Amino acid sequence: MSFTTSTRGKARIVALAGEIDMAAVPKVRQCLLEAVKSGAPVAVDLAAVTYMDSSGIAALVEGLQTARKQGTPFALAKAEGPVLGVLKLARLDKVFTLLPDLEQWDGLGL
Amino acid sequence: MSAPILLGRWRLPARPDALAGLRAELRTALAALGATEPFIAPVVLALNEACMNVVQHAYAGNPEGVLELEMRHDEGMECLVFQVLDYAAPVDPATIRPRKLDDVRPGGLGVHFIRTIMDAVEYPPPPPGYGNCLSLAVRLDRTFPWEG
Repeated sequence: MSFTTSTRGKARIVALAGEIDMAAVPKVRQCLLEAVKSGAPVAVDLAAVTYMDSSGIAALVEGLQTARKQGTPFALAKAEGPVLGVLKLARLDKVFTLLPDLEQWDGLGL
Repeated sequence: MSAPILLGRWRLPARPDALAGLRAELRTALAALGATEPFIAPVVLALNEACMNVVQHAYAGNPEGVLELEMRHDEGMECLVFQVLDYAAPVDPATIRPRKLDDVRPGGLGVHFIRTIMDAVEYPPPPPGYGNCLSLAVRLDRTFPWEG
């Protein structure tokens, strides 16, 4: 697993890559929470994620809930294939804001 | 009726960093049976979740734990049968329940994943020497509507 964090307009973009599993989740949680707690809108780019299990989903839910508590936008971008399948399986595809790409969400202020 | 045929057996440390290698080997074993990605992805996910539960709950993070996974083909039932075994203290199966999905919070999804993906989930008495046994079965013609 790897991740990069960048800024795009007012937003913080966290791009995850590889397998988001139990071994990777501590780093994923840390980078997501740091991005959220910066106070910026956050989009998590999932295009390069090849696998995600329930521990990865838990990290995303924690990021969403932390953002909601502080009133900042939090979205998932480019969730496709098995990652989208896991979100649907958890019935979270209606809970998260899902963006087909990073240009689609006005709330990010891109 | 013939007994299910043993297709694979894995023994690995019950640690988070051991699961990626297991997933890769399971993918290879399932593909060798002719399974395709819409079947492989959810089945590997469910098996990974079962192993995660051993790591997290049965061994409570003890890195010295060992888990085993067996895969069999039941030709009569046209299904794959898996057994996840550990040497941890016995866990009461009545305490293993999925959480309500409308309660959106981190964690607690693994059992839901397993029960939704697999056609049968049972906790038979473990063989002598083992602490817990989880038996899972999935039909080979099973489809998963959320895939693809």
